Amino acid sequence: MSYRAPVRDIRFCLEEIAAIDGLKATGAFPEFSEDLTRAVLDEAAKLANDVIAPTNWAGDREGCTLKDGEVTTPTGFRDAYSAFVEGGWQGISAPTDHGGMGLPRALGAALMEMLQSANMAFGLGPMLSLGAINALIAHGTPEQQAMYLPNIVSGTWSATMNLTEPQAGSDVGALRTKAEPNPDGSWAITGQKIYITWGEHDCAENIIHLVLARTPDAPAGTKGISLFLVPKFLVNADASLGERNAVKAIGLEHKMGIHGSPTCTMDYAGAKGWLIGPEQGGMRAMFTMMNDARLHVGVQGVGIAERAYQRALAYAQERRQGRAIVGEGDAPHAIIDHPDIRRSLSIMKAKIEAARALCFHTAVEADMAEHQDDEEERAWAKRREALLTPLAKAWSTDIGVEVSSLALQIHGGMGYIEETGAAQHYRDARIAPIYEGTNAIQAIDLVGRKLSMENGLAFEELIEDIQQTVEDCATSSNEDLHYLANRLGPAAETLNAGARWLLSASEDDRLIGATPFLKLASEVTGGWLLCVGAVAAQRLLKDESAESDEDYAQARIDLAYIYSEVVLAHTPCALSEIRLGAESVFEPGRFMLESQ
Amino acid sequence: MKILVPVKRVVDYNVKVRVKPDQSDVDLANVKMSMNPFCEIAVEEAIRLKEKGLAEEIITVSIGPAQAQETLRTALAMGADRGILVQTDQTTEPLAVAKILAKVVEAEGPSLVILGKQAIDDDANQTGQMLAALLGWPQATFASEVKLDGEALEVTREIDGGLQTLAMSLPAIVTTDLRLNEPRYASLPNIMKAKKKPIDTKTPDDFGEDITPRLQVLKVSEPAKREAGIKVENVTQLVDKLKNEAGVL
Ligand SMILES: Cc1cc2nc3c(=O)[nH]c(=O)nc-3n(C[C@H](O)[C@H](O)[C@H](O)COP(=O)(O)OP(=O)(O)OC[C@H]3O[C@@H](n4cnc5c(N)ncnc54)[C@H](O)[C@@H]3O)c2cc1C
Ligand SMILES: Cc1cc2nc3c(=O)[nH]c(=O)nc-3n(C[C@H](O)[C@H](O)[C@H](O)COP(=O)(O)OP(=O)(O)OC[C@H]3O[C@@H](n4cnc5c(N)ncnc54)[C@H](O)[C@@H]3O)c2cc1C
Repeated sequence: MSYRAPVRDIRFCLEEIAAIDGLKATGAFPEFSEDLTRAVLDEAAKLANDVIAPTNWAGDREGCTLKDGEVTTPTGFRDAYSAFVEGGWQGISAPTDHGGMGLPRALGAALMEMLQSANMAFGLGPMLSLGAINALIAHGTPEQQAMYLPNIVSGTWSATMNLTEPQAGSDVGALRTKAEPNPDGSWAITGQKIYITWGEHDCAENIIHLVLARTPDAPAGTKGISLFLVPKFLVNADASLGERNAVKAIGLEHKMGIHGSPTCTMDYAGAKGWLIGPEQGGMRAMFTMMNDARLHVGVQGVGIAERAYQRALAYAQERRQGRAIVGEGDAPHAIIDHPDIRRSLSIMKAKIEAARALCFHTAVEADMAEHQDDEEERAWAKRREALLTPLAKAWSTDIGVEVSSLALQIHGGMGYIEETGAAQHYRDARIAPIYEGTNAIQAIDLVGRKLSMENGLAFEELIEDIQQTVEDCATSSNEDLHYLANRLGPAAETLNAGARWLLSASEDDRLIGATPFLKLASEVTGGWLLCVGAVAAQRLLKDESAESDEDYAQARIDLAYIYSEVVLAHTPCALSEIRLGAESVFEPGRFMLESQ
Repeated sequence: MKILVPVKRVVDYNVKVRVKPDQSDVDLANVKMSMNPFCEIAVEEAIRLKEKGLAEEIITVSIGPAQAQETLRTALAMGADRGILVQTDQTTEPLAVAKILAKVVEAEGPSLVILGKQAIDDDANQTGQMLAALLGWPQATFASEVKLDGEALEVTREIDGGLQTLAMSLPAIVTTDLRLNEPRYASLPNIMKAKKKPIDTKTPDDFGEDITPRLQVLKVSEPAKREAGIKVENVTQLVDKLKNEAGVL
């Protein structure tokens, strides 16, 4: 089953829910317009559908190989990468000063979704380069930017992110890679990094590694970490490639999924590197990269869910089995006519749309946080982005796993057999809740920092927005929207109650409640955004002009209804899990830790 | 030299078309529309000629509704230089289109017009031929290879049972077949540049053409559903069925 980028759903989400239009007023995007969005998304869709998606299967079957420090990517990856580079897509949201297109990051996120749907293992390469571009823009010196950015922005060179070491995963502060000063002002980097995505490959001419390491006498923990730029090939003053640097891939992981993505063990043997940002300021620089990367991994969750959904839908229309009450003609009927399959599909679709809305709302606010004229509004957007980033990352990736599992289930026995491809999406989806800060780490970030940030202001503002939408739904001339208000209202109250409890709880109690709270907060926020979509759809329904599509608008309202009955209706039950308390799981004898 | 490339906005080739309940037409409400694939090939061929230094300007023209501007923008993003939209909400029949195009040719003075051999909506396969007749220009339809040397045009065309090569001199009409080339994807920088390229908007009236349809569609219906196949036991049975039931032997 081939992939078709859901351009219309993406546009609705960007335009009607995330209000990307508001970016025009900032003046930061002179080129940006509705027509341009349409043209860009249509053309990105062609690339994703016709060039990148066809490489997905070979990527999974063949995987990557490592020989003498060189990685060979699967059949088709190099050509697809060239097409991506020739199209100028890597630079979509990079500033024009550095050879980018200067478009909003939110449009970049939309492109990213299509890439991840088309081929998640492939899409990781461009995703990491994008993160590095942002880190260099924020923290690189003008000389570093001039030397490295144009080629990374064009995609001629790719980039990686090197944090993890065997003893330093979630706890980045435990890393040991050393950086020692060279007489010429550069640094010698020595150590081993593991799990480095696209650490070595044959698609780009050079690879720029961003590496976290410890300088001599640096304090322990995250405070003592610095960020270095370590190119695979040293770059001469005229930007031509020079000597091979002393960094090399010495191992390739054998993984559950994303087989096409080379996950490398990197050996740094006194490799030449340059400091990015101040010495011991590495974590701050890395966070720039990580916030972006976290959002993009969330988008990846949406992308893989969308791909799996499309495959399940096609299979459900084809596979005939049994007699269905609503089936037309003689049995066996297509399984899509079975109520249980319809129910599954509707929930899958509703959750995908909710997660997409959460990610794109976050992306638009990230743009606003950078470009709004008004300082207060900029600060507002920054708070919203900060609050929602862990939700976007964790919840969307969980939905990626959930939806791809349901998609596999719809395939029945064939789902478990590799040849249908449904199993691949499930295997691919499974990494996203783990990397880029596990979903548990996201939940800790939410309840430990984001919730109490500025005395809980960001959270209060979110609740206000939700209540406004409850009001809009409750007073709508369309009674269907009253049902939405009836579910969203109590859900928001539950969310508020959960937050109040957490803020007054002891630290260990709060951490027990972190993951369930993140889920609740995401479900309510996702539901709110679907309701915002329903309100917009109602406006379109009332619009008499010929342009509006009534069927689509009605479908948006129906989708919000399904979500609110299936997901929002449950949210009041979430409080008990949030308030479980540390005692019930830590006290000896309170639960059976050891199986007997 | 100028090249004129007419492009048509049609239902996207991926869309499964549905017939309107009253069988008056295909249902186009809220269906994804794109540039006719044969027109894309025509645009691509024009760009290749320009890239070889054989043409100076590519003008693209579309006759259709306001949204046909998007189709023109696609051509501009691929590499055409400017666009002309002849705006009308009427059904556009080949003869009316050919007449307007003849007037555009008069006004713009291209030496070569490259069109798709047909549009995938009505599959009429007439516009190029009609335009050639109206202008009194030579035509090479179903092109699978185009060579231009000064004023001399050599076109290889796909015909039943093989290939035929025609030589003619400019000005001329070429219509494209599927194998002529593989259209490029527009790059992001070119999509953005296309926004700044000019599009002139005109109406059929500006050309003094009345495009009222002359054909009447009586009924549009779905193709007959394919019957389920059957499995035959052996070759004898197969031959028997082909002879006596299907009547094809
Ligand atoms: C395919 C793949 C690609 C990757 N790509 C990259 C890359 O490009 N660059 C890079 O630097 N890294 C990369 N990683 C590493 C990835 O980011 C780490 O695997 C991840 O951060 C988790 O670290 P860990 O594996 O050491 O797990 P651990 O940190 O050992 O965690 C194990 C479990 O304990 C939980 N846990 C740990 N600490 C806490 C805590 N304080 N509170 C609550 N729970 C906790 C975790 O949530 C997890 O469930 C990649 C990993 C994989 C598998
Ligand atoms: C690894 C493996 C081992 C197996 N071992 C055996 C074995 O030893 N012996 C054996 O006989 N079989 C075996 N099977 C077959 C297995 O029992 C079937 O795959 C299973 O019953 C589902 O049937 P199906 O694959 O045809 O899916 P389908 O019946 O086509 O179902 C597809 C989807 O439609 C849904 N669906 C179907 N009908 C309805 C309905 N009426 N209402 C609602 N939803 C419906 C299903 O729930 C499923 O989600 C095995 C399968 C696998 C993959």
